[in-house]
Amino acid sequence: MEDMRPEDIVGEYREYTLTYYDGTSRKVLVTDIETPYPDGKLIVSTTDTEGVITHANQAFVDMSGYTREELIGQPHYILRHPDMPKAAFRDMWETIQAGKTWRGYVKNLRKDGGYYLVYATVMPNFDKQGNIVGYTSVRRKPSRRKMEEALALYAKMLAEEKAQEGRA
Amino acid sequence: MTTFQMTVSPDFPPNRIAGWYIFNTWLQKATGLNIHLELYTDFEGQRQAVEEDRVDIIYANPYDAAMLIREKGFEALARPKGKVDEAVVVTRADAPYNAVDDLKPGLRLAATNDPAVYLLGMMMLEPAELDAENLQIQQVESYPIAAKLLLQGEADLAFFLKEAFDKLSSLTREQLKVLVESQIGDLFHTFLVGPRLAEHKETLREALLHMHETPKGKDALESLGFEGWENVSPAEADFMINLIEALK
Repeated sequence: MEDMRPEDIVGEYREYTLTYYDGTSRKVLVTDIETPYPDGKLIVSTTDTEGVITHANQAFVDMSGYTREELIGQPHYILRHPDMPKAAFRDMWETIQAGKTWRGYVKNLRKDGGYYLVYATVMPNFDKQGNIVGYTSVRRKPSRRKMEEALALYAKMLAEEKAQEGRA
Repeated sequence: MTTFQMTVSPDFPPNRIAGWYIFNTWLQKATGLNIHLELYTDFEGQRQAVEEDRVDIIYANPYDAAMLIREKGFEALARPKGKVDEAVVVTRADAPYNAVDDLKPGLRLAATNDPAVYLLGMMMLEPAELDAENLQIQQVESYPIAAKLLLQGEADLAFFLKEAFDKLSSLTREQLKVLVESQIGDLFHTFLVGPRLAEHKETLREALLHMHETPKGKDALESLGFEGWENVSPAEADFMINLIEALK
């Protein structure tokens, strides 16, 4: 996936390099600007079994800042924010690959370097034989208090992950 | 000749009762099938009929459609053109709340037993950490009754199907305010058929999709307040089911 470009970023930014589970990495540019989650909307996307986006609704396009064409065909981790610990997504993948529904609070990265906060539900889609053929993710407005608790936990988890990487 | 049983989600507006009988007469003529229309006044009655396999054709809300497809082998054939299901959370115009974040536990909520509207309404209250545990829920039989409870000060909040809220009199609506409105666009009522009608489903689908092309079909559509029907693919139905599952 292409690195984020300074010309797309709104405001002052910091630079991080994220390495994803498939071994690829990407330079991301991050600001502290939050796009508030709009009341009453749902962000909906579907992916194939590899997590490649196959459908994005209008709310997803609006909140992520990408066009639909830019989202379709990209791995869902295009939205991965450097404040999110890897363990959160590992837990999600283990859950959905086991055929179960995962729910959790997520900080997502926008194309312009800003972020938005969601309560996400990710579930597997099955064919008639019961095989997993893809995943659906539905995001909605989170409770502010629960979101803050989750972010505090993620900050701790992230610090531990970084300390472990430093020791490795 | 077999008689098939048809019913309609009990959330239809009362002024459409005659319209559904007109629709059934048209549908029988258009398909050559024998169809008996049974309208239930509440969701319980309808659910029991579904449980006992006494329903073959149904015009269902998204929540019930999800259950019928997943658990009863129904298939969605069509949906009313351009219509989507959205919900609104409403309070009295002079209430001290202007946004969901202003709401506190303990408030009295009036809700009908329409499961799709309830699900959407609860989803919209979630950011304020309100749920069935910390609200006082009053189940009411209809949307006008929910409006009445708000106006009389006997309820603080109410859930409405947006279409039903918009149909309240302007005098009533002026005394109420919408705190939040869902904008999902992917949930809709569907016309479904059960397994006993499998061999006739394409006949039914074709009849519905061409209904607006004849004067009699057009009249029947008008009596339901529909412009016409559009096709629902299994993938679209699956997508809707996933949304409902995610909101549960």
